[in-house]
Amino acid sequence: MKILVCISNVPDTTTKIKFAEGNTSVDTTGIQWVINPWDELSLTRALELKDDTTSGIKSVTVIHVGPAASEPTIRKALAIGADDAIRVNAVSSDAWFVAAQIAEVIKKEQFDVIMCGIESSDYNGSIVGGMISEFLGIPSVSAVSGIKFENGQAIIIREIDGGKEVVSVPVPFVAIVQKGIAKEPRIAAMRGIMMARSKPVKLVEPVQVDPLTQIVEFEKPTPRAACKFIDADSPALLLDLLQNEAKVI
Amino acid sequence: MSVLVYTENWDGKFKKLSFELVSYATGVAKMLNTTVTAVSIGKVDENELIRLGNYGANKIININSDKLAVLDSQAYSSVISEIARKENASVIIISNNNTGKAIAPRLSVRLKAGVGSGVSRLPLNLNPFTVYKRTYSGNAFAHLVIKSDIKILTLAQNSFDLIETPVNATIENMNPSIDGSLLKTVIKDIQKQSGMILLTDADIVVSGGRGMKSADNWGPLVELAKLLGAATACSRPVSDEGWRPHDEHTGQTGKIIAPNLYIAVGISGATQHLAGISSSKYIVAINSDKNAPIFEAAQYGIIGDAMKVLPKLIEAVKELKK
Ligand SMILES: Cc1cc2nc3c(=O)[nH]c(=O)nc-3n(C[C@H](O)[C@H](O)[C@H](O)COP(=O)(O)OP(=O)(O)OC[C@H]3O[C@@H](n4cnc5c(N)ncnc54)[C@H](O)[C@@H]3O)c2cc1C
Repeated sequence: MKILVCISNVPDTTTKIKFAEGNTSVDTTGIQWVINPWDELSLTRALELKDDTTSGIKSVTVIHVGPAASEPTIRKALAIGADDAIRVNAVSSDAWFVAAQIAEVIKKEQFDVIMCGIESSDYNGSIVGGMISEFLGIPSVSAVSGIKFENGQAIIIREIDGGKEVVSVPVPFVAIVQKGIAKEPRIAAMRGIMMARSKPVKLVEPVQVDPLTQIVEFEKPTPRAACKFIDADSPALLLDLLQNEAKVI
Repeated sequence: MSVLVYTENWDGKFKKLSFELVSYATGVAKMLNTTVTAVSIGKVDENELIRLGNYGANKIININSDKLAVLDSQAYSSVISEIARKENASVIIISNNNTGKAIAPRLSVRLKAGVGSGVSRLPLNLNPFTVYKRTYSGNAFAHLVIKSDIKILTLAQNSFDLIETPVNATIENMNPSIDGSLLKTVIKDIQKQSGMILLTDADIVVSGGRGMKSADNWGPLVELAKLLGAATACSRPVSDEGWRPHDEHTGQTGKIIAPNLYIAVGISGATQHLAGISSSKYIVAINSDKNAPIFEAAQYGIIGDAMKVLPKLIEAVKELKK
């Protein structure tokens, strides 16, 4: 079986976000780009499954929709251990556009398991994975915190609001993964970095898709009032403020 | 035209988020000068269903089908999209929780409807249809224009106040035809948390970080939470160390919550932690380091050793409750 891992290229999670062009875009100067944290964990789990000879997983491919400038992120995924990569050569305009492009690639190349992160840390959309599955008309399981294969059958743990369920769906399916899927992201070793240089990155031209949404403006979160300090010996004063000023207890 | 809202129940009782969703839907419907239709899937009795009317639902479509006992995103989105067509819905509102995230994107493709996810305010504008949404894990908010005829909005939990606008709701029982070939999710086991306050639903959350020093020190924090009727949470290193269970981890890579009150004890306030809690209405920080970044996010702070401050705070809460 083959796994496809969808990879998004996002600013490092400690980045101080600044805007440009009259707050219509994010200022990318000096930004350090990384693999979206969820996608990194999802890639890690995919590689663990491939390492496990009983899982039936034979290869791990990564796909990214983005311009040539995001090539370093793809190389990083290859260095971590993906076998090959596909880059859809387009600037992603919205989730609909990205999902449609990835679905188009999957229609041509067979994959058994498609893994997506629960959200990208930039647009916080939580929609690409589900859209891909519906474009393809295949099952999707959301909020996946564990996945393994037993006798060719996928055993999936999904988080529900207030608990967990163990479920199974037939391949092909989309797994939308979250915390728990892998413990720590796998780190590229020197050998991996060397090998990544010669691994194939297939370039695919985008299909015509009109985005459904567009960000027209960014704003900073509303600044909070400065912190009021309360003496450690008078906790009753804190409770008084919470009760009568904030009205939250 | 109508505004359609998908509600959720837990063992037959609506979750608080369902009332938030209906309140929000009513606000949108007012802007559009139209009515609200709520959909409920599951075994919910009439007395409970009718409560949605308190928040402005004009019509409640009640579906109680064995085939939908398990959340299968394909089957659910097929049923909801059929209803959306029948009700001529122009806006569909769903929670931005795990269930909503499973359904909304599939619905989007079925209806060719753009999604505004994680909205926390009513639309900013109707023409063009513009929503206010969280981006960059709370470090920025975007004005997102949705260009499609049908719009799907997923509402951030605890971000919209309950607004009572009672109407006489009509209940329509529906038995939708469900394409059996769509039902592919098989449940093997369910582990439900019970008797606990769900972290994502809680109004008050007491959370501990590495400053709590060890797993053995959690007693006072849990006691404070109990006294306040709060859920407990933690920072990532705490769950990584195994001091607390993983489902308590909040932040960028954990749960994203927005309680009315978040009490951070021994948490430094790293960007990735703040990403999960910055929408809390009030943040209280207890930290021994007066320069800890958490104090920049907090409205109230106590500088001090958690192990000394917590017992005093507990005593004060007990005193207050007398
Ligand atoms: C990709 C990525 C994703 C991440 N996601 C998350 C996430 O989702 N959630 C998350 O929490 N972190 C996340 N992190 C980790 C984050 O960067 C911080 O390392 C983490 O939040 C720090 O946890 P902490 O505040 O408990 O510990 P520390 O940063 O070690 O802070 C401990 C605090 O306790 C205080 N303290 C010490 N002793 C006492 C005492 N006796 N009494 C009172 N206070 C005391 C100290 O002054 C300090 O401020 C992520 C990191 C990365 C790289």
